[in-house]
Amino acid sequence: MEYLQCFITGGIICTIGQILIDKTKITPARILTLFVVLGVILGFLGIYEPIYNFGKCGATVPISGFGYSLYKGTIKAIEERGFIGIFTGGVTATSGGIAAAICFGFISALVSKPTIK
Amino acid sequence: MNSNLNITNSEYDQMISKNTKKSPIAKNIFFAFLIGGLICVLGQLIFNFSLKYVDKETASTITSISLIFLSAFLTAINLYSRLGKIAGAGSTIPITGFANSIVSPAIEFKSEGFILGLGSNMFKVAGPVLVYGITSSIILGIIYYFLKFIL
Repeated sequence: MEYLQCFITGGIICTIGQILIDKTKITPARILTLFVVLGVILGFLGIYEPIYNFGKCGATVPISGFGYSLYKGTIKAIEERGFIGIFTGGVTATSGGIAAAICFGFISALVSKPTIK
Repeated sequence: MNSNLNITNSEYDQMISKNTKKSPIAKNIFFAFLIGGLICVLGQLIFNFSLKYVDKETASTITSISLIFLSAFLTAINLYSRLGKIAGAGSTIPITGFANSIVSPAIEFKSEGFILGLGSNMFKVAGPVLVYGITSSIILGIIYYFLKFIL
């Protein structure tokens, strides 16, 4: 059941993105940016929390979950450290993903050759 | 042969629209839903497995890093772009798509040098994501901080 809820939630979030790509002229890069900001705003409004409770990884794996993590991390740091938490929290919570993407990106670029498009 | 040419403009338009509906939006949505959902399920599997050994927060980070690693690997062997052709947003929206947007230009621009090629193009797409994501979280963090005092 947990996996089904996860599948549906993740699927719906991706479907919204697909509809935006097909129906409007928004490029995938803008969609990613839009979804991250939406994740932050929905986190702030308390709307992303129930989505997370229902879909678990279906809500955290899409890029909107990255925005949600940024916001959650900021709030957690504010509660723990006060004002300075506003600046440290977001990146701290998402540091693993960002650092991993940079590191694996660099290694991948070292070992593979560019493809001719 | 000749009878085929004796058609009105509206009939011709109908023929065109009938034959060009080969790539309908319904199909794109179906694959975006399916593959996007499956990537999330894969994340859930990794998360549940990690949860046996570590706490929730660490398990969540392990899930992200594992999916990013998988995406970097598939991008390096040129498989992720093929998946993207079928899945569309189903492969762009998950964190694997974010990783792909970092790894792909890193590989592509390596020929232009390690600093100004690989280094600076790596964040072509991920840069704006981080800029607007982090900025909006700070702005809303400030609002949250002051609301806490008022309420």
